[in-house]
Amino acid sequence: MDFKLNEDRRMLDETLTRFLADKYEITKRNEIAYSDAGHDANIWKEIAELGIIGALFTEDEGGFSGEGFDIALVFEALGKALCPEPFLGALLAGKALVAGGADHATMLEDIVTGAKIGAVGFEEEASHYELAHVASKATKNADGYELDGVKSVVTHAQIADVIIVSARLSGDVDDTAGLALFAVPAGVDGLSIRDYNNVDGGRAGEVILSKVKIASNALIAEGEAAFALLETLAGYAHLALSAEGLGIMEVMKLQTLEFLKLRTQFGVPIGKFQVLQHRMVDLVLEIEQARSAVINAATLSDDAVIRGKNLSAAKLTIGETGHKVAEEAIQLHGGIGMTWEMPVSHYAKRLVMIDHQFGDEDYHLARYIELSKSA
Amino acid sequence: MDLNFSAEEEAFRGEVQAFLKEKLRPELSAKMKLGGAPSKAEMEEWHALLNDRGWLANHWPKEYGGAGWAPVKKFIFELESELAFAPRIVPFGVSMLAPVLIKYGSDAQKKYWLPRILDGSDWWCQGYSEPGAGSDLASLKTSAVREGDHYIVNGQKAWTTMAQHADMIFCLVRTSKEGKCQEGISFLLIDMKTAGIDVKPVITIEGGHEVNEVFFTDVKVPIENLVGEENIGWTYAKYLLTYERTNIAGIGGSIALLGHLKQAAQKRKKHGKPLLDEPYFAARVARVEIALENMKTTNLRVLADVAAGGAPGAESSLLKIKGTVIYQELTSLMRRAMGAYAAPYFPEAADEGFNGQVGPDEALHAAEDYFNHRKLSIFGGSNEIQRNIVSKMMLGL
Repeated sequence: MDFKLNEDRRMLDETLTRFLADKYEITKRNEIAYSDAGHDANIWKEIAELGIIGALFTEDEGGFSGEGFDIALVFEALGKALCPEPFLGALLAGKALVAGGADHATMLEDIVTGAKIGAVGFEEEASHYELAHVASKATKNADGYELDGVKSVVTHAQIADVIIVSARLSGDVDDTAGLALFAVPAGVDGLSIRDYNNVDGGRAGEVILSKVKIASNALIAEGEAAFALLETLAGYAHLALSAEGLGIMEVMKLQTLEFLKLRTQFGVPIGKFQVLQHRMVDLVLEIEQARSAVINAATLSDDAVIRGKNLSAAKLTIGETGHKVAEEAIQLHGGIGMTWEMPVSHYAKRLVMIDHQFGDEDYHLARYIELSKSA
Repeated sequence: MDLNFSAEEEAFRGEVQAFLKEKLRPELSAKMKLGGAPSKAEMEEWHALLNDRGWLANHWPKEYGGAGWAPVKKFIFELESELAFAPRIVPFGVSMLAPVLIKYGSDAQKKYWLPRILDGSDWWCQGYSEPGAGSDLASLKTSAVREGDHYIVNGQKAWTTMAQHADMIFCLVRTSKEGKCQEGISFLLIDMKTAGIDVKPVITIEGGHEVNEVFFTDVKVPIENLVGEENIGWTYAKYLLTYERTNIAGIGGSIALLGHLKQAAQKRKKHGKPLLDEPYFAARVARVEIALENMKTTNLRVLADVAAGGAPGAESSLLKIKGTVIYQELTSLMRRAMGAYAAPYFPEAADEGFNGQVGPDEALHAAEDYFNHRKLSIFGGSNEIQRNIVSKMMLGL
């Protein structure tokens, strides 16, 4: 048994944490996160040059590690800095392109090196996190495919060079059969993006597909394989977002602890009041539980049921604990925790909004129960 | 045991409903329903309509231009207003300062300031908290030193809601450092246009501007603006803090939001069926609905006590704790119901002609509203302080 990071990962963690702390001082981070771009192209370039994105991929995929623990490590560090760069898009679009095979090798290489930016659009207005609920249509024709539909709240859609979207070749709107995944290149005719900032910073957009014509080799997967791939990709998102949430909680823990020691009322630091001490202890305990959940998920078990249960357990735990940590950290700070000026408010926003990506607590509770039946 | 309002009270409820139907502009109510904050002009508009009807200062005695309503009538009015998504009466002048002036002010002060609150000549804000005096309010440091016919005020107030709109501020200031810290506090009325006052906006978590810091540098305040006696201000401040808090749970607002949430969750779909019918979400809604139903009766029990002549004491603290938690949970459920569409952020939505929204209508302010309402358990005496009050006053601990 050994829960320590190995030497390579320890070095990666140190390099990345130091780099991000240097680049994303909170005022600077907010400027970037709430800008029209929603990220900083220069910093992204530097991150790419450091080779960080490669840590998310195996050697076969063009990276240098790519295990669950590497993904967790990178995203925890991103969470600690509230980094608004398109890492999740790189991870998910990259893994999709791997599945797409030789036709997508060049784009994959560019994603892994950071030369190009990827995004994924799986959500729709009526899907409420259900991956199979796809109303967007794909029609096969002599030259390839034509896509029609709207993908909702696609993170970093407007800066993406490629957007991986789900669309339906056949079947009813909720069927797992009849789905397909496509790599839609930026700038293609009929593709438009209505973009906006997110409440927690960063940028997303509605991806509107109107008679978008793409070549037949833009297809990444179809049939049952498409749904299986969607689930695999969502699984990577569950792990990445859970680890990001964990990083955020670790920072909020320190911020709140420091505040309890510094803030004086009634002549003593408020951390001397037992009622606040116990609430802080409860937060620390729950954050330790969340770390264990992320570790369980990061094993990415070969057994699909165990893997899925661990991933949903982690995302549910982060959703539930994150909600509690965000609310309690603000409450323990009092009024000052409610201000834009205090970093803790921005950490709270990102932490809560993680529950709105790739399934909330209720979604993962239902999924966990469903998977338990099949075990 | 009778849980119903009397026939006379029901008739009054009908009168209030008819007034709201006639006078509340649908656009304003729709904006409030979606979590938008009323502008100063909209608040002034609403105050003027209420004043015309004689309902603005509804709890003041009639001799001062009030309606002299008993607590039950006031409660019914506020409940119905909240259910209709009307703006709230801005409390600082009407509900906070006025009762203090009526009880402790000089005749000249009553005669001058009360009509100006009614007709909107003065907008008031409250100068209580300071950076170092939040929960421990009595440790406040802003000083007022007597020099001839004036006090010279120096210091800083924090979390001053609407200071950016206010003509006047009522302030707790330190006039003596002798004795216990509660003993050297005075209650002073200060013109916001006086030289030496500086208002700085404080932007809150969701990006809104409701609160401010107010700085005082050698601000000259005429001594006739002292309310009551020097160094007794803490007594007045406490009176203000416990005055008529029978609606502090905000039941009407919660009932209205619950109805709005159910409508929204009926429209949101999961597997093609309403989210409201999805068992996990339905369970969350049912739990908060049950808590709210219970709270309604708890609130009516306190109200009946007060109507029978009891003073609302620590009971209002119980109402505040549970009432705020229920409202916060409702904002949390609205955010959840919006799914991915809770994320898009349109701070420019208040601008004229905005039509850039994406997703369902209810998503526009759902997340902002959730984050903004974290304030409910912090301001007006945090829920921790309310628990202190209950344990001391009700339980004798």
